[in-house]
Amino acid sequence: MQTFFQQLINGLSLGSIYALVALGYTMVYGVLRLINFAHGDVYMLGAYFGYYAARILHPYRVVPWIDTLAVMVASMVACGLTALLIERLAYRPVRHASRLTMLIIAIGVSLLLESLGQIVFGADPKFFPQLIPEKTWRWHGVIFTNQEMVVILVAFILMVLLNLFVYRTRTGKAMRAVSFNLDAAKLMGINTDRIISLTFVIGSSLAAAGGVLVSINIPGIDPLMGVMTGLKAFVAAVLGGIGNIFGAVLGGLILGMAEVMVAGYGSSTYRDAIAFLILIAILLFKPAGILGKGQVEKV
Amino acid sequence: MKILGLHASNRTNELIEQQRPTMIANRTKNFRTGSLLFATACALLSTGCNKKESSNEIVIGEYGSLTGATATFGQSTKKGIEMAVDAINQSGGVLGKKLRIVIEDDQGKPDEAQTVVTKLINKDGVVAILGEIASSNSLAAAPVCQGSRIPMVSPGSTNPKVTAQGDYIFRVCFIDPFQGLVMAKFAANTLKLKKVAILRDIKSDYSVGLADFFKANFSKLGGTIATDISYSQGDKDFTAQLTAIKAQNPDGVFVPGYYTEVGLIARQARKLGITVPLMGGDGWDSSKLWEIGGEALNGCYYSNHYSVDDPNLILQKFVKDYKAKYGSTGDSLPDAMAALGYDAALVLADAMKRAGSSRPDSVRAALAQTKGFMGVTGNTTLDSNRNAVKPAVVLEVKVDEKGNGRNVFKETVAP
Repeated sequence: MQTFFQQLINGLSLGSIYALVALGYTMVYGVLRLINFAHGDVYMLGAYFGYYAARILHPYRVVPWIDTLAVMVASMVACGLTALLIERLAYRPVRHASRLTMLIIAIGVSLLLESLGQIVFGADPKFFPQLIPEKTWRWHGVIFTNQEMVVILVAFILMVLLNLFVYRTRTGKAMRAVSFNLDAAKLMGINTDRIISLTFVIGSSLAAAGGVLVSINIPGIDPLMGVMTGLKAFVAAVLGGIGNIFGAVLGGLILGMAEVMVAGYGSSTYRDAIAFLILIAILLFKPAGILGKGQVEKV
Repeated sequence: MKILGLHASNRTNELIEQQRPTMIANRTKNFRTGSLLFATACALLSTGCNKKESSNEIVIGEYGSLTGATATFGQSTKKGIEMAVDAINQSGGVLGKKLRIVIEDDQGKPDEAQTVVTKLINKDGVVAILGEIASSNSLAAAPVCQGSRIPMVSPGSTNPKVTAQGDYIFRVCFIDPFQGLVMAKFAANTLKLKKVAILRDIKSDYSVGLADFFKANFSKLGGTIATDISYSQGDKDFTAQLTAIKAQNPDGVFVPGYYTEVGLIARQARKLGITVPLMGGDGWDSSKLWEIGGEALNGCYYSNHYSVDDPNLILQKFVKDYKAKYGSTGDSLPDAMAALGYDAALVLADAMKRAGSSRPDSVRAALAQTKGFMGVTGNTTLDSNRNAVKPAVVLEVKVDEKGNGRNVFKETVAP
């Protein structure tokens, strides 16, 4: 039983990262109907921006919590600006082209970021500085670390904030309006370009937060770390029902748990394979994802 | 928020349908251009091959992981080889000619290794090749060298399959059946462990081989294997596997992986309350291991090709020269990959001298005759399977809270 609860904690900490990254996929998809394949690489950039921020901030360190917050905010701002740039240069010019064009551009941006990452940051793994000194707690033999708790806690705080933003603010309302109908939103006087840019910025800063949080817990970062995490987060978003914020969180947690349970009780060789099999199975029975509503598009 | 309807995919299909005729036409055209290009490339390549032996220098190729997850292997080997080449050239070169080394980065990827070795042979016209450390990369490149009849000397690939690729493939290090035996003996006899769990890297030929040889030998010595599970190179989260290992309550864990993953595994193992020693092979040998694993590595052991504490004169001179040359770059002590790179280059130069020629086939014949060559990592004699028979050392890892590590010599095991 003790082992099982330990695996639950492991799954929760892995799943909350997938959830955080999945939110960005889901938001961009909800607003633009675009699967932003570069999102996983923005997550990687987030980890690297955090790495450099932590090194610059090193001489001025005060308290672990404040340092972590500073590094995270710095990385989120940097990633937000990068996303703004990507949206402006790569996606906006083709917004009215076919969806396939945008998708191909997204893949192109993803490959570009990976290659640039290898040139600029170097292809060898870097060690992420320990911002929070590790402490462990035991509860009936189940071990928690403060780092894991920070990851889970911060991930959930960000998700709640995002939810409040989307459902309780004017800008959030505008974002939902754009996602329902771009042209109608424009006719209602919403500056749709601004809303779309904002969506990219918010989604990418969440990915950046994910990058920093993962690196606090697992301190090895490399320019290709976003490839697999991005793919898994995409799966999580589809699993939960793409376009649905709660769905992304739920999908992330399910995927994280499934992976950990397969590796812990089954064969770790099939860890990824089984995670994807679950995806296929759920989509067979519920094509719109767990929380997604199957809608017939009006013509 | 809405869901993407069937509408879009129908449109995509229509688009593809419309473009089909032109695509077919293009394909035929592309095929023609393609074959033309291919023919030109062949012509270029064959002229490239004739460049050999033209000037007063002998060109040797080296491929290694200068970047990527095993980057310190490639960087250390490169330093060792460059030191050896400098030393040879300063003392008059080989057969009156200077050695020139062409170095290519394979990023630690098998397919890249194959590409860069093909380039070294066909474009640079090298007469011999040095590399790699990671067995999967050596295994990918060896058939290229064998097929082109260019001798390849691997400094540090320990998987037995590497030299089995053909009679042009050599290595100057011991192989994993021996390394597995050394660690099994150390675990059973020195540490007196009864029950050991194995955590292997399923994507690496080296790790899978070493895990199998350890398992067989440890069982033969009366130990039991608590559990044998795996991860994949590039993974970052090992908590699921480690929790499963912890549930079995082993006396030790054998992790025959490479340093990037091993460092993270050590950290996560200690975090989950696994306090027993972790053990591994020469894939741990990197200063990056200390940086990534930190204090979690204290009380862990691995087998290696040599120890810097060995009083052997040749070795101590090498350590001193290395410090003088690279000490300022923060890399003061040579690791085993640097030492093996140095030895590999010297063994190759020695074979050329004995052959009296730098023709690949004569060099190959001379390499096969290598006997009692005294190098940094000991006495190198190549057996009929082109493997070196050498002793191994077991080292204990000690890291302080700042991430500064050193290896403490525990014992040496002769074959």
